[in-house]
Amino acid sequence: MADMQAYESFTTGAPLTDTKAPDGPIAERWDRRRFEAKLVNPANRRKRTVIVVGTGLAGGSAGATLAEQGYRVIQFCYQDSPRRAHSVAAQGGINAAKNYRNDGDSVHRLFYDTVKGGDFRARESNVHRLAEISTQIIDQCVAQGVPFAREYGGLLDTRSFGGVQVSRTFYARGQTGQQLLLGAYQALSRQIAAGRVEMHPRTEMLDLIVIDGYARGIVARDLLSGRIDSYFADAVVLATGGYGNVFYLSTNAKNSNATAVWRAHRRGAHFANPCFTQIHPTCIPRSGDHQSKLTLMSESLRNDGRIWVPRQAGDDRPPGRIPEDERDYYLERQYPSFGNLVPRDIASRAAKHVCDEGRGVGPGGQGVYLDFADAIARMGRAAVEERYGNLFEMYARITAEDPYTRPMRIYPAIHYTMGGLWVDYDLQTTVPGLFAIGEANFSDHGANRLGASALMQGLADGYFVLPATLGDYLARHPHQDVDPDHPAVHETVLAVTDRLYQLLSNSGDRTPDSFHRELGELLWDQCGMSRTEAGLHKALARIPQLREEFWERIRVPGSGEALNQSLEKANRIADHLELAELMCLDALHRTESCGGHFREESRTEDGEAARDDEKFSYVAAWEFTGTGRPPVLHKEALDFAYVHPTQRSYT
Amino acid sequence: MRLTLRIWRQPDAEAPGAMRTYEVEDISPDMSFLEMLDTLNEALILQGEEPVAFDHDCREGICGACGMVINGQAHGPERTTACQLHMRHFADGDTIDVEPWRAAAFPVVRDLMVDRSAFDRIIEAGGYVTAPTGSAPEAHATPVPKPDADTAFAHAECIGCGACVAACPNGSAMLFTSAKVNHLGSLPQGAPERDTRVLDMVDQMDAEGFGGCTLAGECATACPKGIPLPSISAMNREFLRASRRR
Repeated sequence: MADMQAYESFTTGAPLTDTKAPDGPIAERWDRRRFEAKLVNPANRRKRTVIVVGTGLAGGSAGATLAEQGYRVIQFCYQDSPRRAHSVAAQGGINAAKNYRNDGDSVHRLFYDTVKGGDFRARESNVHRLAEISTQIIDQCVAQGVPFAREYGGLLDTRSFGGVQVSRTFYARGQTGQQLLLGAYQALSRQIAAGRVEMHPRTEMLDLIVIDGYARGIVARDLLSGRIDSYFADAVVLATGGYGNVFYLSTNAKNSNATAVWRAHRRGAHFANPCFTQIHPTCIPRSGDHQSKLTLMSESLRNDGRIWVPRQAGDDRPPGRIPEDERDYYLERQYPSFGNLVPRDIASRAAKHVCDEGRGVGPGGQGVYLDFADAIARMGRAAVEERYGNLFEMYARITAEDPYTRPMRIYPAIHYTMGGLWVDYDLQTTVPGLFAIGEANFSDHGANRLGASALMQGLADGYFVLPATLGDYLARHPHQDVDPDHPAVHETVLAVTDRLYQLLSNSGDRTPDSFHRELGELLWDQCGMSRTEAGLHKALARIPQLREEFWERIRVPGSGEALNQSLEKANRIADHLELAELMCLDALHRTESCGGHFREESRTEDGEAARDDEKFSYVAAWEFTGTGRPPVLHKEALDFAYVHPTQRSYT
Repeated sequence: MRLTLRIWRQPDAEAPGAMRTYEVEDISPDMSFLEMLDTLNEALILQGEEPVAFDHDCREGICGACGMVINGQAHGPERTTACQLHMRHFADGDTIDVEPWRAAAFPVVRDLMVDRSAFDRIIEAGGYVTAPTGSAPEAHATPVPKPDADTAFAHAECIGCGACVAACPNGSAMLFTSAKVNHLGSLPQGAPERDTRVLDMVDQMDAEGFGGCTLAGECATACPKGIPLPSISAMNREFLRASRRR
């Protein structure tokens, strides 16, 4: 108990400022930054080495682009091939302010929608840059041969997506992430073949090497042989994704993990807004305790599907037997102008609310209907099939129910994390030479991400932002070889091997998964869709105990000198057990509600999230001080000169 | 459900392997095949045994990581990936054989895991469009007829799982290679490198030790993404066309 209170008594340190963001008119800032950035002479680029960890949309596009520019790239992924990174699973689409529909879209509107959708907790400069770059991404991907959906005239098709009223989402059936990732993977493959990218698949980063305050390399484990190696570079880029798997059940891939970002945090990179997690409203509900992960259904389904629950609690008639006037289309009722297209956080909380009232459907009452009967009547089954065929098939396969004749059941699940390593406008963390891109950083989505914006951000960071800003860092920090015998290298390798040894040598009685499930349930209950002071105190009391139990009772069979999937898991869970504590502390300290962070104590009269701009218009960047020890909070004030903060209203 | 599993266990690439028998109980019909293996593995760990190693990640049928031969069929009895195969397709009391992909070009790494890096090298040989970042023209500069875009998409769906190779009596990678050749070859953006792409990718495929194609058609039957068999004949035409022009 004493420990817990000590952790909660964090201190507030010096404020943090983003020194790289240019000022002046917002639409000119990115041009100015690129002009002011120093360049590396093309002949010198091959002498500069960059480590890129991860091969998803952000990492794949960054590795390919940096290599095209002439840098030497060493790249890592834990999967057996870079093509399998979890960006592959993104379904819905990618936003871009092309205004091909002539429906009033513009860079400014995409910027505005993203800042507003993020509930005014993102930086204006970053978001504007993202909106500007969005159009180039589509051009780039089309040139690579990404087979986007097209109209009969041969031009690109678009659709509208949750939370916006223009049609700016480009898509490739329900497999947009896959197609964009294959584009980046193929570009990366070309560089691997050319010898400019040294690719290490089945290799997992386990720590960051910091020498004299600069990120100079990583320690990684070859997952097949178990061999621990150090790799050195002039800069390190983390493109390792989000930390949604802390919750155990999420839509993330089973092996997605927070180890790279958490190890970097322990080495000095501040962690920003860890409590900003996104719950996706349209996932397939769990079917039992055996559930190992959750499957998302693209929220594009909300364009044509209507969400409802029975009007009466406990109504267990099959959906087809519930007459129209005994159904509650609660989103259409509460938010008449956005209806089923309200942003994700609002749709998720509304679903939880009706289920808490006892009106949920399916096993355990943890579900709501997503009904296509009207859409099928309006446009015909064939049109619905053309648009959503693969999603319907996926649903039918998992649930053994036919969504063409019976409404789907959906329930919210953890999907994305807006929080991540703090980065400046150049995407550099608080450790010089360490950059974070894609979902691994915190920068562009504020407290809530809009649909189809994750793919946009990952590719913007990797193809266009990082390659421009990283050059500036390299130009300003001349090349020096790392001494492989530097004490910092030895210390880092030892820290890694010690921890693995500790896991392997413990003859406990609990499996890694049993701890992961327990942690996940605790977080889902206390730091999930809605959060309370009491619940967060409870979680903060339990997490250190669970961590202690983990190190006492963990059982990892096998050896470290071979493929050992239990060891991989246990090592990742050890980091989840630390990160979870910071998430809860961040959620406790932010007593306002905003975006995906809903504090029950902070509500408007009609029960909606109440922001507190007076007190919380800042990014919370946490500095690590030791496991279980109170971190130091650094605040970066947010300034809104172009989009005036208003209470979000979607009614 | 109660099941008897006969699973291929092999400590590493060099060591010999063998089928081993395990009993599992309380299997829910709603579990995926991999969740059923998770249940077995949890029990094995508590008995101090090493769990069965298998590749898996997204568990949504799209990353292509998982793959195993179930009762002699790549990915099992349904046309989907192992992660999307549910236990409701088996009966209480069944005995199920589980083996890794068997192909000369996919050496076993451990238990049910194989090395599919040959696929990456086939893509590296030419499965891309040379379009360096920043060089792209406006996306609408080149309209693509919808039928061509649809053909490209149908081939681009390949997830690189390797079921086609595992199902083929010759261990051929023709379906995998043709999917990429036809994806990029159907688009105007892929046209400039059309000839070199097919020639270089087929060369690499042969160099990796994949078998030849005898049009047995098992690949397309096993493919969880439905890459069509005519994809192969289309690639053969591409190959001939390119060879004549060389």
